[in-house]
Amino acid sequence: MPILLYCHKGIGPAVNGTALVAADNFSARYDLDRKNGVFSRPSHKLAGQSYVGCVLVLDTAKGGVATAWMLHEMKTRGIIPRGLIFNRVNPILAQGAAFADVALVDRFDGDVTQLFRTGDGLRVDPAAGLVEILKRDR
Amino acid sequence: MRLTEEEKAMLAGELGEVRRWAITHQAAVGAFFDAADFVPVSQAHIMADTESLGEAGVRFLEALAAAPEAERRVRVPTITDPRGVDFRVYRRLGQTPEMAALEIRAIEALRAFDMLMTDTCINYQTVMAPIRGDHVAFGDTGVVIYSNSVLGARSNFEGGPSALAAALTGRTARYGFHLDACRRGTRRFRLTATPADFSEWGAVGGIIGEACGSYWEVPVIEGVEAVPDSDALKHFGTALASLGSVALFHMPGITAEEPAFAGSPPAASVIGRSAIAAFLTRYAAHDDKLDVVVFGAPQLSLFEMKAVAQALDGRRVHPDTTVIVTTSPEIKHAADRMGLTRRIEASGAVVAQGICFYQSYAREMAEANGWTRLMTNSAKLVNIIAGYGYRPTLASLEHCIDSAIAGRVL
Repeated sequence: MPILLYCHKGIGPAVNGTALVAADNFSARYDLDRKNGVFSRPSHKLAGQSYVGCVLVLDTAKGGVATAWMLHEMKTRGIIPRGLIFNRVNPILAQGAAFADVALVDRFDGDVTQLFRTGDGLRVDPAAGLVEILKRDR
Repeated sequence: MRLTEEEKAMLAGELGEVRRWAITHQAAVGAFFDAADFVPVSQAHIMADTESLGEAGVRFLEALAAAPEAERRVRVPTITDPRGVDFRVYRRLGQTPEMAALEIRAIEALRAFDMLMTDTCINYQTVMAPIRGDHVAFGDTGVVIYSNSVLGARSNFEGGPSALAAALTGRTARYGFHLDACRRGTRRFRLTATPADFSEWGAVGGIIGEACGSYWEVPVIEGVEAVPDSDALKHFGTALASLGSVALFHMPGITAEEPAFAGSPPAASVIGRSAIAAFLTRYAAHDDKLDVVVFGAPQLSLFEMKAVAQALDGRRVHPDTTVIVTTSPEIKHAADRMGLTRRIEASGAVVAQGICFYQSYAREMAEANGWTRLMTNSAKLVNIIAGYGYRPTLASLEHCIDSAIAGRVL
């Protein structure tokens, strides 16, 4: 049976993907090597890991407004996470997801970095305010 | 969201495709944040550097800019954040003709909207400061936090697409810091030491930013004994916004609004001399070869330009070190007229206008010039730049310049 987790209604299309989870924050400018599709900030908990095609699960957004343009630029090159799950985002991430039409949800009952595990198979449905855990390794 | 007749017309495309795109985007963001309606804004400020835009973003702007003039003109005075390239110095910084060519296309597109190309992140010091209660759509975190806090204006962080949309519709969705409820204090801090310079004001902003760690937190800072000047609060606010994503702070008796709390005020966290020193020590690199010193992020005020000129007078930057000073076109013009640019450049330093370093292809500049060790008095810059492959050191302006002369971190 899939596990259903409800949240505030989000932005963007419904997507399926594999979770990449960390108790850390996010900025496309501060944290990413966008050319190669990896986390480049040495102090980030996902440093060196690829974010391409995954459902990224993190705590919140960092400062900086560049993400609002950068998600769109990353999407046109296909080097982008498939979906974004956060505890609570700032306006920049919401604006960037709306502009790029990337799946984004936040505001769950509980800490998303605990609710989800790296490797979980997820379906993110922003319009319904719902994330399903379709597959979880024991 | 409740819509006026004009907003419904925009949404239906009756005012053209450009404004239909704009208000559709704003309505999606407004719905995400449960906005009840839109609020008119008096001005907009757009971050649209080409490193962030990329080819795709420039093409998007060009497509909108191709609409008939009446459909694409901004509805409120609209100004721009720093650009990616200063055409007079880009080759010296290791930027490429391709970067400059993309920049030219972006500028042409932005001008087609009838924007004022101010290319600055210190518009509150140099262009038109908003006033208390003024609803605006500002697109730079440092601009937003200063305007909200010091001046009492009302803005959320408006990323490039959203600030553009606000410029085109003359309004923004009413959520976040447009609402009284979001402007109440949520955290308390007490300063027991007075920051000695802008790097230390930035350090304090960084400490509080890390403690808050959320856009939705509003720190109240007590214990500030002497009134800081505009540049001090500029460095404090930009670091707070950069490390914490914070958009509003209150300093009772100093900033525009007397803070209220939703319930009982929380206990205060104390920030003293040892915490400031520890923040600076994180970035210490004594005796390391120094590749580049940057004064920017935010761009320098006229007073900061004078301080740099004074510290460099009669001295020569080490041949293996590059010093870059970034400011707005307006301040650069003033610095030229007052002889400050000549004094700074006589040392071998580069004065760039209309850019702010980290928005200027910092990774490519590092690769082209072999730069690793960077020194600055901006806590915002040390926070950002590690992701671009630099190893940053935070120090006072004077310490940075003494190190630039020596060619190593003193």
